[in-house]
Amino acid sequence: MKSTLHFANRRLISRLLLLVLVMFGFGYALVPLYRVFCDVTGLNGKTGRISAATAAEIKVDQARVVKVEFLTSVNAGFPWTFKPLITHVDVHPGAETLVMFEATNASNAAVAGQAVPSLAPSAAARFFSKTECFCFTQQTLAAGETKQMPVRFVVNPKLPPKIMTLTLSYTFFRATARASANAVASVDLKI
Amino acid sequence: MSEAAAHHDDHGHHYNGGISRWLTTTNHKDIGTMYLVFSLVMFFIGGAMAMIIRLELFKPGLQFVDPQLFNSMTTLHALVMIFGAVMPAWTGFANWMIPMMIGAPDMALPRLNNWSFWILPFAFTLLLSTLFMPGGGPAGGWTMLPPLVLQTGMAFPFLIFAVHFLGASSIAGAINVVATVFNLRAPGMTLMKLPLFVWTWIITAFLLIASMPVLAGAVTMLLTDKYFGTSFFSAAGGGDPVLFQHIFWFFGHPEVYILILPAFGIVSAIIPTFARKPLFGYSSMVYAAGAIAFLSFIVWAHHMFTVGMPLAGELFFMYATVLIAVPTGVKVFNWVATMWQSSMTFETPMLFAIAFVVLFTIGGFSGLMLGVTPVDFQYHDTYFVVAHFHYVLVTGAVFALMAGTYFWLPKWTGHMYDETLGKWHFWISTISVNVLFFPQHFLGLAGMPRRIPDYAVQFADWNMVSSIGGFVFGLSQFMFVIVIVKCVRGGAKATDRVWEGARGLEWTLSSPPPYHSFATPPEPATIDGGYR
Repeated sequence: MKSTLHFANRRLISRLLLLVLVMFGFGYALVPLYRVFCDVTGLNGKTGRISAATAAEIKVDQARVVKVEFLTSVNAGFPWTFKPLITHVDVHPGAETLVMFEATNASNAAVAGQAVPSLAPSAAARFFSKTECFCFTQQTLAAGETKQMPVRFVVNPKLPPKIMTLTLSYTFFRATARASANAVASVDLKI
Repeated sequence: MSEAAAHHDDHGHHYNGGISRWLTTTNHKDIGTMYLVFSLVMFFIGGAMAMIIRLELFKPGLQFVDPQLFNSMTTLHALVMIFGAVMPAWTGFANWMIPMMIGAPDMALPRLNNWSFWILPFAFTLLLSTLFMPGGGPAGGWTMLPPLVLQTGMAFPFLIFAVHFLGASSIAGAINVVATVFNLRAPGMTLMKLPLFVWTWIITAFLLIASMPVLAGAVTMLLTDKYFGTSFFSAAGGGDPVLFQHIFWFFGHPEVYILILPAFGIVSAIIPTFARKPLFGYSSMVYAAGAIAFLSFIVWAHHMFTVGMPLAGELFFMYATVLIAVPTGVKVFNWVATMWQSSMTFETPMLFAIAFVVLFTIGGFSGLMLGVTPVDFQYHDTYFVVAHFHYVLVTGAVFALMAGTYFWLPKWTGHMYDETLGKWHFWISTISVNVLFFPQHFLGLAGMPRRIPDYAVQFADWNMVSSIGGFVFGLSQFMFVIVIVKCVRGGAKATDRVWEGARGLEWTLSSPPPYHSFATPPEPATIDGGYR
């Protein structure tokens, strides 16, 4: 009797502990699941990257005009000023467009930064692709240096007709050696 | 029964004297007592923090504490009350009552039981010691949202490891409850004869086992983000701070049912006793608790409607949330139907149980309002939310704990408590708690944000009313302590049955029960005679 109970307890405990482990793993599994979910839905406003050749093949929809607005910010304590040279541009879907951004390092030391993009509304994120962007790599500015940086993008003509305005925002974060390794990995995947 | 119990009692006292009895005990009643005393101490520590909060909010402007301390008070008040007061109290009740309710001699894993209790004082030493560190305690809110929480100073690793310890303790406690109920039920005690407190605790235990590890994972990610260069939640490194909210609330929503489900069980024991009528709809109560537990895993994003979700997500989480009202409504209707045309008497446990049904339902209704996406955009992060969760946690979970304490205190101590003082405690608590929390609905609807030490002058009047209610409620809890201390030290001798309408195995034991009870299983006939 005693040993039967002992056996039953052990079996139950090992099953429950397995459930604990599985749920701990599930918490971590939510990280890639969330990324996939965001890729599919464009939920967190991450925009896509395509090659210049692909962009050239996209047919331009001359009949339609989409307004693209630009927003910039820097993370708290990051010693740069950062602005777009134009606040908005009207584009035909399918046409490749170049816009310039300007950053100035206001501190007296060289600083590396990583820009993180976000597009609103998120439903449009899947239809917005870049062929060139300063956010693809880290940017380093010497003390007091000012630099103009390009973004070349295409709006996919399949963009849902009800969306007429897109807002593209960039935030500069301080790039650390380890954070940038992660950022570059995700750049290859996504931006 | 008491003959057999006394017989076993004779050769049952193997415990050491003094402090080492409590350090090394594996007896479910000793451990249950330690859990309950610990929880009461934490209730007063968390309560003292609430008093500091209400003192600062008594009038506009900064009077007594600086904003940093104020914020660490709101953060620690929540952590202490959730993980220190309510959850250990439920484990204490489970330890005391579940073996006696199912006719088992003890918990299935007594040594683990000792461990899971003794982790708690260490965890709270870690957590509360942060108040004395340079930089102060954690002040980013109990939800620990990055990037704000990552600005915590020295307190940060203490916060994370305290949460790890608390999670480990509650998982161990939950495994113990499941093992006890699955493997140690007396012959004849089938699953659908279990008292509802046992049923709701089993469901709670599974919620704990499934959700606590997710919290452990989330705080581990915070830890590695801060110290080891990972970027789970850092946008600069390709992460996303919103991801933390998803992981946290995947734990956080089951957690709120962990806090309330055992309360449903206690109220389902008390109302039939004082209504002298079997519980209406026993099996629907079991299924409703199961349905609530299942739904609790698919509604988490209603805590984050304003983060910018697609419309389909907002709609799904709104409908799933509102769906929880159905099984919860079943429970409320069953309690009311149990009281309907019954022979009720109004002893203190019954008063607290009836107040629970009324006031918890108010908290449930404000929860429904919050669950409706379009209006949540107005209510989000206002005092309306504070009012809502204090109605379900204070007049819900804490009132059920008090009801349960008054209900079983004569069984535990062998003495009747002071009924007059108990009634005074009930009435002062119930009136003051409404003065405390009801005006917070108005403050929230008028737009007062939560977690602020100072506020615009148009909120002054209701804040003053709320603070006065808070001080009265806080002070009236000393009456609770006086009742308990008096009852432990002496009083009229309690009968074995204690209450005229009491049904269930625990009432077949003597009052107080022998140190080792049900070393031989109870007669099947006594199981069938229960009111469940």
